[in-house]
Amino acid sequence: MTTGTTSQPALKAKDYKSTIKPVWCAGCGDFGVLSAITRALAELKIAPENTAVISGIGCSSRIPAYLNTYGFHGVHGRALPVATGLKISRPDLTVLVSSGDGDGFSIGGNHFMQACRRNVDMTYIVMDNQVYGMTKGQASPTTDADWDRSKMTPHGTHINPFYPLVVALASGANFIARASSSNPSGAAEVISEGIQHPGFSFIQILSPCVTFRPEQRDWKKVVRPAPIEATTDPAAAARRLMTDDNFYLGVLYKGDRASFQPEFTDQPVSEAELEREFIL
Amino acid sequence: MNKTSENGTVKPVSLSIALVGSGGSGVMTAGSLLLEAAGRAGLYGIMTRVSGPQIRGGEGAALLRLSTRPVFCHSGHFDLLLAIDWLNADRFAGEIPLDQNSFIAGDEKIPEFFSQRGATFCEVSFKQLAAQAPGLRPNMIALGLIGSAIGLPTEALEDVSRKLIGKKGEAAVQASLAGLSLGASHAGLLDGLPAIAHNPNSRSADLPELWNISGNEAAGLGAIRGGIRFVAAYPITPATEILEWLAPSLEKVGGVLVQAEDELASVNQLIGASFGGTPSLTATSGPGFALMTESIGLAVASETPIVVVNVARGGPSTGIPTKSEQSDLNIALYGLHGDAPHLVVAPFSVSDCLFSTQWAVHLAETLQTAAIVLSDQSLGQTRSIIPRPTNVSFTTQRVIQSEATENYQRYMTGGSGVSPMALPGLAGCQYTADGLEHSPRGTPSSRAEDHAQQLDKRRDKLSQHDYGEHWAHIEGDGAMAVITWGSSLAPVEEALHALAAEGITPRLIAPRLLMPVQPERMAAALAGVETALVIEQCHGAQFFHYLKAFYAPQCELHSMALPGPLPIRPDDVRKEIRKHWRQE
Repeated sequence: MTTGTTSQPALKAKDYKSTIKPVWCAGCGDFGVLSAITRALAELKIAPENTAVISGIGCSSRIPAYLNTYGFHGVHGRALPVATGLKISRPDLTVLVSSGDGDGFSIGGNHFMQACRRNVDMTYIVMDNQVYGMTKGQASPTTDADWDRSKMTPHGTHINPFYPLVVALASGANFIARASSSNPSGAAEVISEGIQHPGFSFIQILSPCVTFRPEQRDWKKVVRPAPIEATTDPAAAARRLMTDDNFYLGVLYKGDRASFQPEFTDQPVSEAELEREFIL
Repeated sequence: MNKTSENGTVKPVSLSIALVGSGGSGVMTAGSLLLEAAGRAGLYGIMTRVSGPQIRGGEGAALLRLSTRPVFCHSGHFDLLLAIDWLNADRFAGEIPLDQNSFIAGDEKIPEFFSQRGATFCEVSFKQLAAQAPGLRPNMIALGLIGSAIGLPTEALEDVSRKLIGKKGEAAVQASLAGLSLGASHAGLLDGLPAIAHNPNSRSADLPELWNISGNEAAGLGAIRGGIRFVAAYPITPATEILEWLAPSLEKVGGVLVQAEDELASVNQLIGASFGGTPSLTATSGPGFALMTESIGLAVASETPIVVVNVARGGPSTGIPTKSEQSDLNIALYGLHGDAPHLVVAPFSVSDCLFSTQWAVHLAETLQTAAIVLSDQSLGQTRSIIPRPTNVSFTTQRVIQSEATENYQRYMTGGSGVSPMALPGLAGCQYTADGLEHSPRGTPSSRAEDHAQQLDKRRDKLSQHDYGEHWAHIEGDGAMAVITWGSSLAPVEEALHALAAEGITPRLIAPRLLMPVQPERMAAALAGVETALVIEQCHGAQFFHYLKAFYAPQCELHSMALPGPLPIRPDDVRKEIRKHWRQE
């Protein structure tokens, strides 16, 4: 949901960037994602000070420092709980979470499912490159079972990859989409729609690792818009996502569940009132 | 037992009662009602719940100690063991020491372990008595029997029963009252059990306000008094009651409790909420605490205030979830990776769970760091009749950046080390809080200078703070010192009180603030000490080694380190002190 729109003169996408130079390799897909996030925030005119971007650990999780918003760069796998605590206690803020396939689906996998279930109003952007880049090229939960280029799993993982969009749907996410870093303006549109949609919005962004998965440079040739409209029917979405080849882009599911947001009483009782039950 | 001392006055007396029974027998209800009725009749008291491993259908014991004076720990002698039934009661054998002065009431299936103690056995089958009329419950009959035997006024027992059972309807109330009355008619069985409620030292009914509260509830209240308005937590024995009390209470004061998916999530939710400006706390026990340690370090590094209450239980691993031990000291002190200065505060008593938690919130917020409150099962799950805890208020709070500034530096060094925290929503001060080492601006940095500066900042803000007199409980000035902490203080104090009559008067030192250490204050507290006895409920003598490492006392040091789950008992403490006492 769009909150805290600014009354200042309209900001441009670049005004949402900080002056810090990213640590990413030249050609990294994450540059496109950074650009898409700033474009979406500028388009929605959300004031940087009313935005918080939360992350864990990994290449993708460096994004908060490169933005001119509030940010929290926490420990590996726990960005979603940090964001959950922030959004529940500060519903006035726009909360984004940036993560990667290792941070989000492996070490943070349980939080992913629980965040979908809980449906707190935030936008979860996972940059998926099917590899651990920061630790220099190990298999992640979305890596194909026979990928044998990692020294840690020289014969492949022999584990089937994880399908995050299917898991998100089964777990109750209210908005499910896929975008590509090779098309920042398309990704910006999807992010913008995710921010505006109530509840937990999950966006997988295919974001190539040019260093450890150079073959992913070719992703830009195979990605294409899904030839469908976003559905609100989970059964239709399930069929679509289960038969998807992981390269269809666009908003694939939009639910209508209400966000999880506890009400805060505006008529608090005094602390003396609370003590009464103990008086003998 | 009314004992008359040399000067002819009647000494305060206490009476220890254990109620045991299988699951559903209602021993916890009977125990709670007995405690409440005793409180109304002018007595002080404590009741500790002890359970077996089963969830339901398992045996339980309510351990009570009633006294004419405020009482804080259990005694090494039980006056009465009453069994609704004997199923698995031997599992509590260690917790219920009996001797030839004790009474046992129950049916003929009494386990050998108890029948061999030399106690007076009063055979009574509460189940058979309950079969006399429909609706009668064995536990209410037992309550009536004990209440009458120790001289509690019938109205007190009836009032508390009506209060509890009233919501089940008038028929249930009448059946309960009939049970009380049937039990009372058999009170003659326990002839010889002292009628403590008739003791002339009982306080009169018009004395100051008394509370009936558990340590876990007290910690919850301390949290709210300290300003906590966000709690995220995962249920765990024996900390859950803090959360169950806080959930509705936070709602009433405009806060919220979120049940998280695990302890990794709960501690990180706190960090998020606190980053947004809301004082935040969680409660857990050893296994959950171990999971949280990585992110407690994140709170330290990112200077985000959080409070974690650890209600310790027997460890390691799953250990003994339902029983107490002081063996989480090491993990609270040293469990964080890297150099991570933080606060560790340990409450001494049920009542102090309130103060210590409130103080910990105040310190965490003021110093922008993580505070650990190290409580334990014996404090958390003991219900106590206590004088109303004093209302304390602390004036300082979190330093918030109030207006936009050029070149805002979240982690600015210098001064007290505490730097103003900008909250999301304030334009012009956007920053990224980071667990990566950072420059004063917050930018990730691996530079040696930045690391050294920020390490100094995080250490100095804690070490330079004036913690005042709250840091420890210190009494006396003898050349012998007894040094203890947390829940072990109560049995030590009771032992010292008794020893004073023999002219044995060691000084007592019990730090409440365990981190950061207070070398100057401890040196002053130890000045002139020649021998010290360190007492703790921990097999590995963790507190003893902590004292040696940080305070290096220049005196003869002795350790009394007993594992849980048996409580440290005043009698054992007395023996140990006598052993090391030298005439001054």
